[in-house]
Amino acid sequence: MTIYDLTLAELRTKLDNRELSAVEVAEAYRARIAATDQDVNAYITVCDESAMAEAKLADQALAAGEIAPLTGLPIAAKDIFNTAGLKTTCASRILENYIAPYDATVIARIKEQKAVITGKLNMDEFAMGSSNENSAFGATRNPWNLNHVPGGSSGGSAACVASRQAAAALGTDTGGSIRQPASHCGVVGLKPTYGRVSRYGVIAYASSLDQVGPITRDVRDSALLLQAIAGHDPADSTSIDTPVPDYQATLTQELTGLKVGLPAEYFIDGLDEDVRRAVEQAVATYKELGAEIVEVSLPHTSYAVACYYLIATAEASSNLARYDGVRYGVRTDQAENLIDMYMQSRAAGFGAEVKRRIMLGTYALSSGYYDAYYLKAQKVRTMIRQDFLDAFAKVDVLLTPVAPTPAFTIGEKTNDPLQMYLSDIYTIPVNLAGTCAMSLPCGFSAAGLPIGLQLIGKPFEEATILRTAHAFEQATEWHKRKPEF
Amino acid sequence: MKITRAEVEHVGRLARLALSEDELNALTGEMDAILNYVEQLNELNTDGIVPTAHAVPVENAFRPDEVKPGFTPEQALSNAPDAAQSAFRVPRVIE
Repeated sequence: MTIYDLTLAELRTKLDNRELSAVEVAEAYRARIAATDQDVNAYITVCDESAMAEAKLADQALAAGEIAPLTGLPIAAKDIFNTAGLKTTCASRILENYIAPYDATVIARIKEQKAVITGKLNMDEFAMGSSNENSAFGATRNPWNLNHVPGGSSGGSAACVASRQAAAALGTDTGGSIRQPASHCGVVGLKPTYGRVSRYGVIAYASSLDQVGPITRDVRDSALLLQAIAGHDPADSTSIDTPVPDYQATLTQELTGLKVGLPAEYFIDGLDEDVRRAVEQAVATYKELGAEIVEVSLPHTSYAVACYYLIATAEASSNLARYDGVRYGVRTDQAENLIDMYMQSRAAGFGAEVKRRIMLGTYALSSGYYDAYYLKAQKVRTMIRQDFLDAFAKVDVLLTPVAPTPAFTIGEKTNDPLQMYLSDIYTIPVNLAGTCAMSLPCGFSAAGLPIGLQLIGKPFEEATILRTAHAFEQATEWHKRKPEF
Repeated sequence: MKITRAEVEHVGRLARLALSEDELNALTGEMDAILNYVEQLNELNTDGIVPTAHAVPVENAFRPDEVKPGFTPEQALSNAPDAAQSAFRVPRVIE
C-alpha cells in the first residue's frame, strides 16, 4: 500500500481503524511533494510545519473519538483562498508578500473538521487563464507529460491531485477553471451551482461567475469534499439558504430512466477526434447503464465565449481596482503623487493577461461603450441561460466534452489570447447559466493524455450529476490510471 | 479598426495602469482582435430581453445590524506597504 495513492474515502477508513495516523499520512505527503514538485510546480507554498501541527491535532481528535468526515485528510488549496497566517498570492507579483489575516469560509470549514492543509497551489494569475502559464511563479506542468500544460486556472490543483501531492484540492471555476484542468490531468472536478458554496475570502475575479469546488481522484471523494464546503454562509449574501442534501446517500442509485441530453452544438468541427471518440464511447456506456439518450439544442452556444469575455473582464476590472498599493500588496517607491503610485504599482504588479483583461473590462464599462458591450453581453447571457432551462425541461443531465482537445503543449497558445479563450468553449456557458457541472475521466488520446467527460446538471442538482458520474466510474477503469511519475 | 492606440492610452489611464510603449502597441492589436470577435453578439436581436447580472434569482439579503468582532488595527495594517499612527500612509494628496 502506498499512502499517497489512497483516496479520501480509503484514508478515512484507515485512519478510523488506526491502520494509519494522520501524522504518517502527512509525512508521506511531505516526502512525495519533496520528491516530485520540482518537476510539476503545483505548489506555490508548501506547509511543512503547519501541516504537521494540524496532523498532530487530528490524531488527538481521532484518539478522542471526535471524528469529522475530513479529520486528518491531506487537502491542498488553490492560492486564491485566504488562509490565516499563510502567504496568499493568487499567483501574482502584486500579492507576493501578502499574508492573509483571516480564513476564507471554505478553509474555515475544512479546518473545523481538522483536515490537514498541505499547501497553497499554483494557478493562472488571479484565475485568468486556461493553461497555468500566467503564474508569476512559473508554469505548472502536466504530470502525464511535462511538456504539456495542466490546464487552468486551477491547473496547480488538478496537477497536484493527479501527481499524488495531496489527496484532494480546492479550486475555483469562473469559466471552466476546475473542469478544464481536471479533464487535462485525468482527475474529477466539480463546479457547484452558483451560490451553493460560499465565496467569502476567495479572491474575486468575476463575482457573478466565480464558484468554489473540489478536485479529487474519484467521484465519491468529490461528494465527500463538496459535502464539507456546501451551504449557506451569512458572510456571502449570494450564497443560497437551501438545505444541502446528503450527497453520499444517493451516490449509488441506478440510472434506469435517467434522461441524458446531448447538445448538438457541442459536437461540431474543431472537436478533436480522440475526444469525440471517448465521449461517444461514454454515451454508449450510459445506454448500457439504462439511461435514455436524448438529442437537445443549446442554440446560443457559439456566442458564449464572446459574452463571457465582456462580462468577466468587466467584473474583473472592478474587482481588481482594489490593488492600489495602499492597504496591501506591492507598492512602487518611485511615485511622485498618489495617482502615479497607483499607476506604477499596478503596472509593476500585474502580469500581461491580467492587464489585458482589466483593459478590456474597463473599455466595455466606459462611457459610450457600456450599452454596446456590457449591457449587450448581459442580454445574451439571459438567452444562454434560457437555452439551459429549455433543455432541462426535457432531460435530467447534459453530457458533453469538457475541452475541444486534450492538453496542449506549453507555449502553444501564449501568443494568441483569442485561441486560448476558445479552449473554454464547452465550459463557459455553464458559468453564464449559473448551474452545476463536473468533469470526470473518460479516456485517453493516442498520445496518452487524459480526456474528460462533462456532466451538466440542473441548478442545485449536484446530487444528480454525482450519481450519474459515479455509475460511469463504476462501469469503467479510466479513473484508476495514474501518471507514471 | 475597432479601437485606436489613443483610445487604448485613455483606457489605460481610466484603469490606473501605466503602460509602456510596447504594451500600448501590443494591446491595441490584441484588443482590436477581441473586439472584432465579440462583434458577433450583434447578430442577435436582444430587443425586449432582460439583462442577467446574476444567474440565481436572489432578493436583497437583509440581516440584523449587530456589532461583531472585526480586525484589530494591527491586523488591518499587517500587510500595509506603509503605515503610521494606526493608518495607511500614502504620498501627499493635497499640496
